[in-house]
Amino acid sequence: MDLSAINPAVLFASLIVAATPILLAGLGELVVEKAGVLNLGVEGMMIVGAICGFAVAVNTGSPALGFIGGALGGAALSLIFAVLTQYLLANQVATGLALTLFGLGFAALIGQGYVGIKPPLTERLSFGPLSDIPVLGTVLLRHDLMVYLALLAVAGIWYVLNRTRVGLILRAVGENHDAAHALGYKVVRIRLLAIMFGGAMAGLGGAYLSLVRVPLWTEGMTSGAGWIALALVVFASWRPGRLMLGAWLFGGITVLQLNLQAAGAKVPVEYLQMSPYVITILVLVVMSARGGRAMGAPAALGRSFHATH
Amino acid sequence: MIYGLVRPDSGRMLLRGAPYQPAKPSEARQNGVAMVFQHFSLFEALNVAENVALGMENPPPMRELAERIRAVSQEYGLPLDPAKLVGDLSAGERQRVEIIRCLLQDPKLLIMDEPTSVLTPQEVGILFQTLRQLSAEGTAILYISHKLEEIRSLCDEATILRRGKVVATCTPRDKTARELAELMVGQVLTPPAKAPKPPGPVALEVTGLSVASPNPFGTALKDVSFTLRQGEVLGIAGVAGNGQDELLLAMSGEILSPEAAVKIAGQPVGRLGPNARRALGLVAAPEERLGHAAAPDMSLTENALLSSYVRKGFLKRGFIGWGAVEEFAQGIIKAFDVRTPGSHVAARALSGGNLQKFVIGREILQEPSVIVVNQPTWGVDAAAAAAIRQALLDLAARGAAVVAISQDLDELVEISDSFAALNEGRMTRPRPAQGLTVDEIGLMMGGAHGMDVAHHHEQQGASA
Repeated sequence: MDLSAINPAVLFASLIVAATPILLAGLGELVVEKAGVLNLGVEGMMIVGAICGFAVAVNTGSPALGFIGGALGGAALSLIFAVLTQYLLANQVATGLALTLFGLGFAALIGQGYVGIKPPLTERLSFGPLSDIPVLGTVLLRHDLMVYLALLAVAGIWYVLNRTRVGLILRAVGENHDAAHALGYKVVRIRLLAIMFGGAMAGLGGAYLSLVRVPLWTEGMTSGAGWIALALVVFASWRPGRLMLGAWLFGGITVLQLNLQAAGAKVPVEYLQMSPYVITILVLVVMSARGGRAMGAPAALGRSFHATH
Repeated sequence: MIYGLVRPDSGRMLLRGAPYQPAKPSEARQNGVAMVFQHFSLFEALNVAENVALGMENPPPMRELAERIRAVSQEYGLPLDPAKLVGDLSAGERQRVEIIRCLLQDPKLLIMDEPTSVLTPQEVGILFQTLRQLSAEGTAILYISHKLEEIRSLCDEATILRRGKVVATCTPRDKTARELAELMVGQVLTPPAKAPKPPGPVALEVTGLSVASPNPFGTALKDVSFTLRQGEVLGIAGVAGNGQDELLLAMSGEILSPEAAVKIAGQPVGRLGPNARRALGLVAAPEERLGHAAAPDMSLTENALLSSYVRKGFLKRGFIGWGAVEEFAQGIIKAFDVRTPGSHVAARALSGGNLQKFVIGREILQEPSVIVVNQPTWGVDAAAAAAIRQALLDLAARGAAVVAISQDLDELVEISDSFAALNEGRMTRPRPAQGLTVDEIGLMMGGAHGMDVAHHHEQQGASA
């Protein structure tokens, strides 16, 4: 085994890229869960976003339009979930699981004509001579626009949730929907918007997979990224900053796995593949051992709201 | 409806002489109508200032709002720290948050729905002073309560509602509490009869019980001790959220404790679960009717089975004898006058009072040797409440020990032989109920919890 073949700067740079899809999807799910809704359909919304983004980008030749298409695709799929759970009061867990299965099948159907095609190249931004700074330039300043947008989204979502009235109302709805309703807030409408935001973010994450990370369309190409994003939200105890660190950690594991294989390490791939979930379980155990309040889970998470008066 | 949560089907409302029909609460708030809810409309994981901001139309920036909360709360003698999490506050403090939220909007009409059920008598006194001060400053107050003495001491005019209909309008100061109660219920009330009895052997003994709460915002029990003899009724008072739920759970066996901390008739049961304790004679009726005492979507017959099969022997080699259960459920319905079309009805379809009668009846008809009840008459009409109290007293007269946890002091005074209070998870030593005054009870409950008599700027000199 030759570990010297692994260059830490390059490793870190590819880690940031690998983390971007789950970071985007995780941020969306974080907002959804803060509004008190548990949408387990992230995987389905991601893959639909992946194929929608891919198809739009191939047909228009523009990666930017592709990303918009991916976001719209994810949001459209999440709308099904929103109508079922918010208006028809279907069980959120069952509906979310169904959404994932439906999304996987639906994306495979749309994607039949797109197998084997190369998407238009998403250009990396150039910061001129800055990108040539050793280490720092390699790690931070040679990425495409989506990487920076994802990092901006972390700060933006933190600010909106904690410092603005919109965020306060969103958290209030997720904390106690009956009280929010009594104060005159439109619980269902707020949750609907949150779910669609989550769908759009998951769609963006999916499009990033098919347009930048891989870049190709294959059936089932998200291969569990949506589940990692869900685990990430719990791992981050519903905080955007921690979510970013978690995405880097989980993204890092994926990259390390490839690098170790290339370096000829004798670690079975399966151990690395299951490690994000094992870590999440460990974090859950540690957090609940410290008492429920440290977890920071929204109190109304997963509960259906029906206005009784 | 006045607050805009429900639209009227017919009729009209006038506010200051003008027609008034708010479509939503924010419209009501713009018209100067503010409301303090019976069940708190607060968010436990948010801090005081955020909670206040959520109830306002155009809240100022957080820092400014925190300053105003501090100022207003001092002015009305309701001290509050705007940065504290609401989940960490006592019930009395939470109510202050609600009141401050209303006061910050300069209301012309303040609606209060059962505001005192969570306060000690001292806190009630201070609240009333605040309300009188507000009304002197020109705020109209609509005060909804079933506590008649409060209405008599506070209100200028009372309207009595029975099943959604106005049945009378009167000046409460000219009526006795009795007359008001009879107007409310529509029938003549008989206070429960207590027969004097000699104390029997010890039925329940609790020594040095300390347990953590299973609820993240709950209160841990700290070193609770008492003994209860057969035929004795122990009344436990306390403001909501001071360990009542935890005490009931620790008695029923839902929270386990050290072996010797709880003894039924001398036998240590601290490590035993609910069914083992039922077999030894201890039954419990928790406060939360739907979801704790009864499974909402199961029929009354099925609910009757759930807590009684151990003592009534409804199981034969693992099979249920439904005929006998059905008979038992019918018996409860008859004995406790539960108004329901039949025992096949789902528990959630019953009104709160009827379900409460069913739940209490289910436990009492098992002829336990110890019964623990929490808020036995919460949300129950006066006639049914009297029936439940009488049933508890009758059970005690037959030799059972009764632990009654309640926030209704009048109720406790009526049924208890001895009396104790819970305050922040600690329990006072039980004292004979005879001769206790409301003031003494209030002090046992923890006095005014740091509340201060309203000192408005004009009155500052007088109160200092």
